[in-house]
Amino acid sequence: MKIQERLERKEREAMAAFERTLLFIEGVTVSFDGFRALNNLSLSVEPGEMRAIIGPNGAGKTTMMDVVTGKTRPDKGVVIFDKMHDLARLDETEIARLGIGRKFQKPTVFDSHTVFDNIELALKADRRARATLLWRATEGEDCRVDEILKIVRLSTVRDRLAGSLSHGQKQWLEIGMLLAQDPKLLLVDEPAAGMTDAETRQTAELLKEINREHTVIVVEHDMAFVRDLGVKVTCLHEGSVLAEGSIDEVSTNERVVEVYLGR
Amino acid sequence: MGAAPHLLIRSLDRGAVLFVAAMAAIAVLVPVFNLAIPASSAFHLSTYLVALFGKYACYALLALSIDLIWGYCGILSLGHGAFFALGGYAMGMYLMRQIGTRGVYANPILPDFMVFLNWKELPIAWYGFQYFPYAALMVVLVPGALAFVFGWFAFRSRVTGVYLAIITQALTYALMLGFFRNNLGFGGNNGLTDFKDILGFNVQAETTRAALFSISCLALIIGFLVCRSIVTSKLGKVLIAIRDAEARTRFLGYRVESYELFVFTLSACMAGIAGALYVPQVGIINPSEFAPGNSIEAVIWVAVGGRGTLVGAAVGAVLVNYAKTYFTSGILAPYWLYMLGGLFIAVTLLLPRGIIGSLHHWSALRRDRASAVAEEGVTEPLPAE
Repeated sequence: MKIQERLERKEREAMAAFERTLLFIEGVTVSFDGFRALNNLSLSVEPGEMRAIIGPNGAGKTTMMDVVTGKTRPDKGVVIFDKMHDLARLDETEIARLGIGRKFQKPTVFDSHTVFDNIELALKADRRARATLLWRATEGEDCRVDEILKIVRLSTVRDRLAGSLSHGQKQWLEIGMLLAQDPKLLLVDEPAAGMTDAETRQTAELLKEINREHTVIVVEHDMAFVRDLGVKVTCLHEGSVLAEGSIDEVSTNERVVEVYLGR
Repeated sequence: MGAAPHLLIRSLDRGAVLFVAAMAAIAVLVPVFNLAIPASSAFHLSTYLVALFGKYACYALLALSIDLIWGYCGILSLGHGAFFALGGYAMGMYLMRQIGTRGVYANPILPDFMVFLNWKELPIAWYGFQYFPYAALMVVLVPGALAFVFGWFAFRSRVTGVYLAIITQALTYALMLGFFRNNLGFGGNNGLTDFKDILGFNVQAETTRAALFSISCLALIIGFLVCRSIVTSKLGKVLIAIRDAEARTRFLGYRVESYELFVFTLSACMAGIAGALYVPQVGIINPSEFAPGNSIEAVIWVAVGGRGTLVGAAVGAVLVNYAKTYFTSGILAPYWLYMLGGLFIAVTLLLPRGIIGSLHHWSALRRDRASAVAEEGVTEPLPAE
């Protein structure tokens, strides 16, 4: 009787925990030619949260993003977005349309379009070919683009070709494109890579600003940057979660230190 | 399509208006110089040249169709000659059925080659081709349907780049082998020829040739305006986005394969129309039009003129073909393929943007420099204040 009750309570708690998630990953395994990039990974993110994911090279950070955005299909496990969408069965376009935006590790923008056009293409709108053929610019949309350019500090280079921007500016443009997409969940892969210290700090500020209205997952190597963000940290190792908690808790965790320093 | 006017108006910048005006002038002037000016005058244009220019106009339309997919969407098709040839065959079949009893065997229904092969009845594929509207529909429909089916499989399985280029080569090669066979029913290696008239007009007549030339120019103008409307719309921006960063476009929520399929099919239809206009002007269509080399040559025209410029594609097609006509009719004839190869290498190394692309680039540079000088003029006095 008591066991029965306990089981039921556990189940209820699990359900309640699931109800609170925006992204729910459980028991996900991905292998490439026998190498397990993700090994029974379980992770959940609540709406409005910002989560930093750290881990040594090959820990599975980017593969995890690939699974969430539909680039890679998991061999096993479930990935549920917003309590009802099984991401393992959708492709990149469908997932993007559900409201998951992604910034790549290497800044990826449309080089031969202007900064303005880059944002405009990302702006939330009907994505079907027919609609884009007949589309006309509206004042409201133009204003929204300029607003976003202001947030990502690119107003002065509005009409320049994206290909002529500096590395840091491209990173911001890509973040701006994510904002324009207005997703429910943003996945940001190493936003501070290749940035100067000042730029890195500004990027942390920018992400915090974005987090006010969006749920964000940041993958990052730079510990100082993660500390600047001041959010819950998940440390991955060999494809599963090694530790989770505040940056201080995680960085003093014995196993994390072991993994990072190689004993 | 109430939105069509704004699409068209948006597409007309100075270069586009200039190109359309020039083509319209040529479409009118060439027939005038051919028909209205007596043969004795120095200004008279021979019928040979009219037919030659008409051929160039068809090639330009083919080049335009390649530029739309390659220059703007990054889809390199090395088999576009197949769509051109299919359009040509559809027109050729109409022209064959117009011959009627004037053929060598005087069979009112069966074209000569079928009588020669001892066939008793018309193959089903030939039904309806005695009607021009039906043939005209097939000119667009057959290449379009093939491109749609081919593209549907290729783009859905994300075959791109070199792999797609190789498959398109295989496609046109397979069609060539097929059309070479007599029992496929399209005239085997002799193809379709000996045409008599088109819509009741003698295909050999000077006036018919002049009219065909003007119609080819008109088709080129319309094709150009359609392409311009597309590339200057937001859809055109999405195409360029796919060319530059396909994965990013997908993650923004665009269904990349739908866009690719749309332009690829449209492009094949355009190539088909080009082929259909080509056939009555050259008087023959045979399986060699499917030869892989033809398709590669067409890609070279676009590269020479400048990919992603539309006007450049047309200019490249005319220039390279003029050079081909010029050099293959003299003592240099055996070396033409070497020259073509050399031209391609030279353009790739020295003018990677092509002729028109480089002109655009240089004028943009000059504008940048001018604005930089202007800015300096403003900022310099500041410290003195």
